[in-house]
Amino acid sequence: MLAMLIALAAAAIVFNILSHGLFLSPRNLWNLAVQTSVVGIISTGMVLVIVSRNIDLSVGSLESFLGISGAFLQLQVLHIGAPNTWWAGILFVVVLGGLCGALQGAITAYLGLPSFVVTLAGLMAWRAVAWLVTRGETVTPLDSTYSLFGDGSIGVAWSWVVGAAIVLIVAALALNRRVSRSRVGFGNRQWWLDLAGIALVAAVVFAFVATMNAYTYPRSVVGRGIPVPVLTLIVIVGIMSCLATMTRFGRYIYGYGGNPEAAQLAGVPTKRVVTIAFAIVGVLTGVGAVVTTARLNAAPLSIGQLLELQVIAACVIGGTSLTGGSGSIFGAIVGATLIQSLLNGLVLLGVDSATQQIVEALVLLAAVWFDIIYQRRGA
Amino acid sequence: MTQGPPLVEMRGIHKRFGGVHAIQNMHLTLYPGEVLGLLGHNGAGKSTLMKILAGAYTLDTGEILVSGSPVQILSPRDSKRVGIETIYQTLALADNLSAVANIFFGREIVNAFGMLDEARMERDAISVIRRLNPNFQNFHALVGGLSGGQRQAVAIARTLQFNAKIIIMDEPTAALGPQETRMVGDLIRQLKAEGIGIIMISHDLHDVFDLSDRVTVMKNGRHVWTGHVAETTKDQVLEMIILGKVPDGSYAPGMTSDFG
Ligand SMILES: Nc1ncnc2c1ncn2[C@@H]1O[C@H](COP(=O)(O)OP(=O)(O)OP(=O)(O)O)[C@@H](O)[C@H]1O
Ligand SMILES: [Mg+2]
Repeated sequence: MLAMLIALAAAAIVFNILSHGLFLSPRNLWNLAVQTSVVGIISTGMVLVIVSRNIDLSVGSLESFLGISGAFLQLQVLHIGAPNTWWAGILFVVVLGGLCGALQGAITAYLGLPSFVVTLAGLMAWRAVAWLVTRGETVTPLDSTYSLFGDGSIGVAWSWVVGAAIVLIVAALALNRRVSRSRVGFGNRQWWLDLAGIALVAAVVFAFVATMNAYTYPRSVVGRGIPVPVLTLIVIVGIMSCLATMTRFGRYIYGYGGNPEAAQLAGVPTKRVVTIAFAIVGVLTGVGAVVTTARLNAAPLSIGQLLELQVIAACVIGGTSLTGGSGSIFGAIVGATLIQSLLNGLVLLGVDSATQQIVEALVLLAAVWFDIIYQRRGA
Repeated sequence: MTQGPPLVEMRGIHKRFGGVHAIQNMHLTLYPGEVLGLLGHNGAGKSTLMKILAGAYTLDTGEILVSGSPVQILSPRDSKRVGIETIYQTLALADNLSAVANIFFGREIVNAFGMLDEARMERDAISVIRRLNPNFQNFHALVGGLSGGQRQAVAIARTLQFNAKIIIMDEPTAALGPQETRMVGDLIRQLKAEGIGIIMISHDLHDVFDLSDRVTVMKNGRHVWTGHVAETTKDQVLEMIILGKVPDGSYAPGMTSDFG
């Protein structure tokens, strides 16, 4: 993990020098954050699926289906500009995503088909279903409130509020840990260690907020603040981290990934747990579809191409083992940021998109190779 | 000691795996506060019979009674619900979780918000594991990195945490050194005194004679003999295990007089 953070910092410095300071400009970092959000959002769920010794290859294709279905609903059933359209559209996409994910998860868990095959079928099928919905036409334009989920931002003041809230939550969790340990008569580590940790988080968070605020609207001094897709990512990272590390469900996913037989013998409802993990990826793919279509203000068939590979690469680069049992959501976010930084940096340097894809492929290979090295060292 | 209704009664149990008839018309009885040694050659069907009781396998035909009433054991959960805890031969630990997480795996303590109560689980895990091994320290280390003996301690601790009436131990001391084995022996006596019934599978006849009240011998998935350890000798038991030849010189049903 530390290695990945160092790699990220190194990539940032190299790109910044090569691009004569463009890479680390507020404007580029703001864009980079937005570009990272969709892969980041979905990767938080993909981590759990991979930890449970499965894989989901369908997310790119599913994103296309969900985006088009949601857009189709907005245009044909709801009405663009009507007060309920934006949230009903989002709810529909997210719920539909959950159902599609649960379907793939149930086929995997209850029928015992390998998830590789089930979701490969999903990869082939969902985009085709999307084509059937609109006969391949791009659905556009979309509701303007809905579009804020792709290109809106929350302004300077709210960005500081969000930053402060994150720091407060981290502090509250640290405090809660100390209180619950004292309650059962355990000692705690020195208070200044906790405090130093919180201070580090605060420094990173406030630096991030300041950067987002430093990117102003054209011909104005008003900062944009945290983009809505990035805020969405932040909230989802919070929820998913909590789910993974603080709930029974998370414990079951990791335990199942470590030893499926042990989980079954311990009475864990393993089939249900695996199905839920896939349903979560489906929901998050729905969120990704909302962000992507809202940003484009359109739902073309082509969205989500190779998205599954970027998401899986983000997980693996972030330390998720493809053999299951280990991986973290924070790691996946670092992985997603690293991939997007490379792509973004290459764009800044004027590298064409074919070369970008080759670099992406090499990064994926390198990440899996690292995984194998970690495994060997562990064994 | 063997008074009152049996804690567990298994009757007419059959189990097939494809063509393999792993358990045939097997029966056994366990009384409160008793240790029953379950003996047999490799592949005799001991683990399979116990996995049926633990809910890991479901029986083909036969019945199981717990404290006199018939029970349906279709899953590990069913088995735990009627008070049966199992230490599996493979230990069934998740190597990527800590000792604490393994002890509570499947039955985590949560707080009012449904969040894991790590501090309480850790406190309870420490007190139960120290019963087995006062020197145990690595509560937060991943179980995959622990020694064989420590792993076994975690697996045993898991059965003690939840007030079992019946504990199945499939080779509980296989990975333990002499001192740890003695500690498990002490623990078994202590559990017995609490009225818990224990079924212990072991290949170590010395241990079995030392700790068991009665033994049940099986061979080729069938019942050979059940009786008090005082009624028999290690040599006789070996004959039963290897040849299926019971103490009165005859052969148990289904055993041929020649070897195997
Ligand atoms: N899941 C399974 N599928 C097929 N056959 C099985 C299965 N489990 C056990 N068997 C077979 O059932 C028979 C009994 O095996 P079991 O593991 O119960 O023996 P055991 O008495 O515990 O032996 P050991 O002393 O080596 O642990 C063996 O022939 C084994 O191959
Ligand atoms: Mg066995």
